[in-house]
Amino acid sequence: MSSVRVLVGTRKGAFILTSDGKRDDWNVDGPHFGGWEIYHLKGSPVDPNRLYASQSSGWFGQTVLRSDNGGKTWEPVGNAFIYDGVPGTHQWYDGTPHPWEFKRVWHFEPSLTDPDTVYAGVEDAAIFRTVDGGQTWQELSGLRQHGSGPYWAPGAGGMGLHTILLNPSNHNQIYIAISSAGVFRSDDAGQTWRPTNRGLQSSFLPKPDSEVGHCVHRIAMHPSRPNVLFMQKHWDVMRSDDSGESWREISGNLPSDFGFPIAVNSNEPDTVYVVPIKSDSEHYPPEGKLRVYRSRTGGDEWEALTCGLPQEDCYVNILREAMAVDDLDSCGVYFGTTGGQVYASADGGDTWNAIMRDLPAVLSVEVQTLP
Amino acid sequence: MIRVVLPAHLRNLARLDGDAQLDVEGVVTQRSVLDALEATYPMLRGTIRDHVTKRRRDFLRFYACREDLSHDAPDTPLPDAVAQGREPFMIVGAIAGG
Repeated sequence: MSSVRVLVGTRKGAFILTSDGKRDDWNVDGPHFGGWEIYHLKGSPVDPNRLYASQSSGWFGQTVLRSDNGGKTWEPVGNAFIYDGVPGTHQWYDGTPHPWEFKRVWHFEPSLTDPDTVYAGVEDAAIFRTVDGGQTWQELSGLRQHGSGPYWAPGAGGMGLHTILLNPSNHNQIYIAISSAGVFRSDDAGQTWRPTNRGLQSSFLPKPDSEVGHCVHRIAMHPSRPNVLFMQKHWDVMRSDDSGESWREISGNLPSDFGFPIAVNSNEPDTVYVVPIKSDSEHYPPEGKLRVYRSRTGGDEWEALTCGLPQEDCYVNILREAMAVDDLDSCGVYFGTTGGQVYASADGGDTWNAIMRDLPAVLSVEVQTLP
Repeated sequence: MIRVVLPAHLRNLARLDGDAQLDVEGVVTQRSVLDALEATYPMLRGTIRDHVTKRRRDFLRFYACREDLSHDAPDTPLPDAVAQGREPFMIVGAIAGG
């Protein structure tokens, strides 16, 4: 019988939750790396026991941990993320040029074919790659050196590259997203990049339909249909049917189209999940009701999923990395909150249970489906 | 033998039970001590000083013999008591919330 491993990164350490395929009873292992911010953990799809963890702290900076046994033990690997060449400048909050400065790794995306190859999305926004299991990291500097780079600017949470999607049908194609520069696509395995933001509208920009500058919070794809992308933007839920060449809004009847994560059901490519948040300054659910919204039509029409979720006095947030799905049938959906709960649904979102409560604020949730 | 006291998180990262004990070639300075520390415990690279500029991370301090040496030049000799192993070189995390 298959089993599930949920990798939870929090403000003060990592937790590994495991269950059999029923997903009723959960074993909790942790905290790992107690006291460190764990922005993200992710396992290799080729070797599920190969895990990578981004560990950082205001005191000690960035370190990277690797496990070769599913998280039982961890070893530090390389943590030198050094920008290629002269880093140059991006735009600062006040519009002045500001030097690119590495701060932390927001996201690891292990290769679909090689457990030693991993992509890292970092703040200040750039993409790095290791091909030796994390010992050394090299920047794919064609992204940062795109002509628009000097005009990228941080959002309130920093200028992070937070999403990396690898096309399983075309290993040369990579999508990334940056807050707040937008979506970029490479068709040559990361050597060159171009912005793919046509159709996005951001009212905080002087030119709302600018080529870059959009605060994209997350993008998601179903592996069987990599030309279709779903996006949760700062405001607006969006969809592209042409590999990001153009986007259209699918917010439909959502109570708020502000939010952070977005995920696609592993069995149904047109079933999408978001968690509406009241506004950009009120980072909690509308009406104090924690509701996941599901569209079974690829957007526009959304239904509230509430069974098992708090429906009064709930004022947590769900961060962009903190929602994931498993590969079982029916699809399991998981998300973590800034209040330290991890909620899971084993039935595609119809019913929910808190499989952990009272953790430090949850920064990321990833799920591995194990044979 | 030079003794280096590390914050608990860095001891854990380096799998150290107590102080780091280091042989340091030549003049004992902040730079030579940190070079020796990072050579012995490469997982500490980047956690105390920047990989490229070698600047001390903002929220760390260097103390020895009840003095704050954080703003001394990296090639300034450390006190004799540190060089002779009678006093430790202390790497201290700033008091901060969170």
